[in-house]
Amino acid sequence: MSEPENAKVKRRDLIRKGALATGLLGVGGTAALLATRAGKDRYVWQLDPEKCIQCGNCATKCVLRPSAVKVVHAFALCGYCDLCFGYFPPHFEPDSAIEEPAAESQLCPTQAINRKWVEGPHFEYTIDEDLCIGCGKCVKGCGNFGNGSLFLQTRHNRCVNCNECAIAIACPAQAWRRVPAGHPYLLKGEDRQT
Amino acid sequence: MPVLAAMLIAASVLAIRVRSRRWLWSVMAASLAYFGLWRGGCVCAVGSIQNVAMALADPGYAVPLSVAAFFLLPLVFALFVGRTFCAGVCPLGALQDIVVVRPLKVPAWLEHTLGLLAYVYLGAGVLFAATGAAFIICEYDPFVSIFRLLPLARPGAAVDAFGGSTAMLILGGCFLVAGMFIGRPYCRWLCPYGAILKLLARAAMWRTTITPDECIRCRLCEDACPFGAIRQPTVEPPHGSLPIDRRRLAILLSLAPVVLLAGGALGWQLGRPFARMHVTVRLADRVRLEEAGKVEGTVDMTDAFYASGASRETLDADAGAIERKLVRGGALFGLWVGLVILVKLVHLSIRRRRDNYEADPAACVSCGRCFAYCPVERERLKKRGGAPPQP
Repeated sequence: MSEPENAKVKRRDLIRKGALATGLLGVGGTAALLATRAGKDRYVWQLDPEKCIQCGNCATKCVLRPSAVKVVHAFALCGYCDLCFGYFPPHFEPDSAIEEPAAESQLCPTQAINRKWVEGPHFEYTIDEDLCIGCGKCVKGCGNFGNGSLFLQTRHNRCVNCNECAIAIACPAQAWRRVPAGHPYLLKGEDRQT
Repeated sequence: MPVLAAMLIAASVLAIRVRSRRWLWSVMAASLAYFGLWRGGCVCAVGSIQNVAMALADPGYAVPLSVAAFFLLPLVFALFVGRTFCAGVCPLGALQDIVVVRPLKVPAWLEHTLGLLAYVYLGAGVLFAATGAAFIICEYDPFVSIFRLLPLARPGAAVDAFGGSTAMLILGGCFLVAGMFIGRPYCRWLCPYGAILKLLARAAMWRTTITPDECIRCRLCEDACPFGAIRQPTVEPPHGSLPIDRRRLAILLSLAPVVLLAGGALGWQLGRPFARMHVTVRLADRVRLEEAGKVEGTVDMTDAFYASGASRETLDADAGAIERKLVRGGALFGLWVGLVILVKLVHLSIRRRRDNYEADPAACVSCGRCFAYCPVERERLKKRGGAPPQP
């Protein structure tokens, strides 16, 4: 190495400045590119009830236990049936008009659906979200024989909004997607927003 | 976002101007409590790489401003002050830093080899996020499930603790146990964000230094770094050894196209298996098998597909497009891996002279542990009137 010492120092300095400039350019470029692709709105995860097939993954794949997915009831769609297949197991035949049957004759494994007599053969069904585990059994029953007024939604007061939703990965129907945080629910019936 | 900026500034000032391990530790603990346990570790800078990749590749997704800030701010800081983000702001780093008890030295060859993993992981993370297949960095984040254990923001939901991620919890526990004896294993060898920071930190304008003044080569700091970031002064090579290095470099550079091509070809081959990561491709495959009668019965996935009434042609077209994207992306990924290996080999065969004990700007996470080992630093603190801290 015949170069004088200061030439070497200068060269090292130059390399360093060049690297810094390249780095600044790179980060700046990415920032500029991102500025064109950035949106103010945050995203949250939600499942589309129209695509949902009630496979049961929502209850088991969520990182929370119980799952952040709960059943939601669209009262406007509900038939207020006496023999509700979201409430009773299929082929259930009640002996008489009973307001609250025993646990074994309820479809919900955690008895999260409450039933209240309204008038005539009509009953109102409400969900106890603290008990609901999001298994979707009632959703399946209501969809098969009823109006489909029960459906699953992730409840954002519980959902921790993972960057990658564990249920979305496991969903066989590809029903999960990121939705703008301003419209965090994909509701059924009259409340439907796209 | 203001919290992120404030913490970055605090960590940078503490690492470079104040030089206080104790204060840095406090910032780190605060970040662990806030970004980790309070916010549940999501979204973090490490995961934001994927949101950025997806935003750049998919016109239907706009990256939220907060996520963009998480991605960009630490990078800007790294350009000026090195990896202070890792020292005081990253909750993943903080969690690993806190459990270090008896760090063992990792041999150089292993350190160099494992160090490549982070770049490979970065490439894979970007590839799968950009093609919409998966966010693997989040899926296999070993620490986020630990952060979720203590959801401080949701005190009523303490029962949520053990979620559907028991396997990841066990993995996280393993990382922490390993981290007691190997300093920050995830940060050093896996973190894809750390890989970007390493590149940028090499150009950093101001750096965290072991000594506040001139190094006196007392060797006291030699074993101070639990993360193997302190480089010793080089020994003058014996005369006549230089040409060998030159020859090695020449061989490497002439082999460069071969390595890159091999990487690209391998990646091209991997494109097809990679595509199976995407749910649409998996679905199309399964539907094809079912219709050909090669498998018995249906699964949830195909039931949902038949029920939706979508046509097979569109599904096959979609799957084909995704597959082509992943084959192209796979080739790029292979090129990237080839490039990483090549740059590493070239880097290893260039000999640089070092007169003092220095912190390698790429490996140093600015934790400040080495400060107290330096007698010059102790002298400085004594002059200031404070008692020097024990190393």
